[in-house]
Amino acid sequence: MTALTRPVRRLFGRAAAAPAGLDDATAAAPSVAIEQPGIAVEIPESDPLFAYLQAAPGPVDVTRLELASAALQQLRDAGVALVVPLVTQGELIGTLNLGPRLSEQEYSTDDRRLLATLAAQAAPAIRVAQLVREQAAEAAERERYEQELKVAQLIQQQFLPRELPKLAEWQVAAYYGPARVVGGDFYDFIDLGDGRIGVVVGDVTDKGVPAALVMARTHSILRAEAPRLVEPGKVLARANELLVPEMPARMFVTCLYGVLEPASGRFVFANAGHNLPYLRTDHGVRELRATGLPLGLLPDVTYEETEGEVGHGDAMLLYSDGLVEAHDPQREMYGFPRLREAMAADDADSDLLDRLLDGLHAFTGGGWEQEDDITLVSLRRAAGVAVAGWTGDRPEVALTHDATPATAGEPLLVFSIEGAIGNEREAMTRVAAAVAPLGLEGPRLERLKTAVAETVMNAIEYGSQGRADVPVDVRVDADDQAIRVQVTDRALSGPVPDAEAPDLAAKLDGRQKPRGWGLFLIRHMVDAMDVSTADGLQTVTLTLARDGR
Amino acid sequence: MDDTRVRIDVEPSGPSETTLCLHGDIDVFADAALAEAYASATRDGATSLRLDFDDVGYINSTGIALIVRLLAEARRDRREVLAVGLSEHYREIFRITRLSDYLTIVETPAAAVSLEEAAP
Repeated sequence: MTALTRPVRRLFGRAAAAPAGLDDATAAAPSVAIEQPGIAVEIPESDPLFAYLQAAPGPVDVTRLELASAALQQLRDAGVALVVPLVTQGELIGTLNLGPRLSEQEYSTDDRRLLATLAAQAAPAIRVAQLVREQAAEAAERERYEQELKVAQLIQQQFLPRELPKLAEWQVAAYYGPARVVGGDFYDFIDLGDGRIGVVVGDVTDKGVPAALVMARTHSILRAEAPRLVEPGKVLARANELLVPEMPARMFVTCLYGVLEPASGRFVFANAGHNLPYLRTDHGVRELRATGLPLGLLPDVTYEETEGEVGHGDAMLLYSDGLVEAHDPQREMYGFPRLREAMAADDADSDLLDRLLDGLHAFTGGGWEQEDDITLVSLRRAAGVAVAGWTGDRPEVALTHDATPATAGEPLLVFSIEGAIGNEREAMTRVAAAVAPLGLEGPRLERLKTAVAETVMNAIEYGSQGRADVPVDVRVDADDQAIRVQVTDRALSGPVPDAEAPDLAAKLDGRQKPRGWGLFLIRHMVDAMDVSTADGLQTVTLTLARDGR
Repeated sequence: MDDTRVRIDVEPSGPSETTLCLHGDIDVFADAALAEAYASATRDGATSLRLDFDDVGYINSTGIALIVRLLAEARRDRREVLAVGLSEHYREIFRITRLSDYLTIVETPAAAVSLEEAAP
């Protein structure tokens, strides 16, 4: 507690003090003329005088008080003779300090009584004034803080890409979710001018405006250096060299920078202490490893480069730690294993980032306050088979494709079979007989037969659940260009599940079951496979060009 | 399960080699027959197995899974596997499923030589 002593000429003496909490306007009121500079006397709670004054029944004559107190000595040195404690609700909130009476007589009993009454009435009012001032200060601080958050957000958003690169055969997606207290996450795509794309994901330690400024600086350096140096290791080394002398204390930047060749799927990257990217392929999910110190910590750092390949149908995820370090209400962390599982469940039919975020929100629950920025960047390459007119929005073999290719004219063949296991052999034979007059080349006919058999087998197993009383319908159409076979089932088990991509090595090692080849074979046998659902029926349409490979 | 669609003859074809002659369709109905044939072939201590597909007209994805299972067992037991008599179409399927990376495909029965004979 601080008591400001301001010597004043007034009724009770030559020197008096305004209690703590009164502002200058009050102290400078007409009846309180300042004669000399004020002296601040602080009475810490640990000083015995504090407890003495708090318990004192009225004004205290400090000239006679015997107490081993530094504050008491300070008061005496400042010429204070009488201290009137201002106590409200048992709490000492200030003192009224008076010098000796002008008459050089001691304060009378009446004086003391009057002062005690004054103090009793003034103390609550002063306390209110103190609280108002404290609240005003807090509000100002809050406003300043909110303003800083807004500035940080503005800086942050200014440097995030406004649009994603459009790459043929690639689906590029990004998500940036700022925490309330903005962290220093950033991501970027840099056109390297030769078809290659630089991909950046980074995170500045610390939060708020300082982190946002460092993020902006790092972003600018990478934008300037990446097209010039290209090689990820060199780009990060250069960024580190420039950032080290500028980096504020206790701050650094984790950053992953890679160069993607969209045509080949080759991804070469270097890593400055950032989370490792996940690559999902037909063989499962794996981390692409590269190590290196964060940017801005130490000079003369080199960064190793690692090369990965995003094959057809594969997906790669780059992310910041806001995702893996999110907590549920029981304070359990989301963690890498969950992310890996979510990644493994990725398929061409859903948006990977939506899936990840849905999973995260299910994990954290409704009332979650995001602790850190979350940044996700996914690069998914279209499946390499049966690509026809893919626009970049979705692969052509989407199992939930709505459009059924139009078929004109009379069908070559329409029939139904019982949904019993093994009947696919009969369906295959009948379709082969129906298309025989079209003169399809031997190998192509064999492929069509296998695709039909596998499709009907799926229809029997899932659509009819192996029940003879639930039929499967087959229709064969042909025109000059193509043969189309439509297999319609009753969808008793819902849509045909898109099984885990078969990996023979995993199957031989027991990591995958031996089965699961059906869709894989179909996709390799025909030029296109479409699935449509309507009125509780599911139809798979197989298309084979008549003069293809 | 009914296995009337397939018959498998197990015949020794060398000092340590046994041939599984497959007749019919390799699909879900071949499950028990193939497991039995493998057990029979290995009881006699064969270190290599020859699968003869010359009389097989149809192999579906379940059949592929059965061959994968047999191959996994053979690898576990350190037995080599040879496939003969596959049609061009099924050779293509063995190639795209990568089965051909794990067993030796011989294009015609006449050209088939046992692994022992081929060894230096």
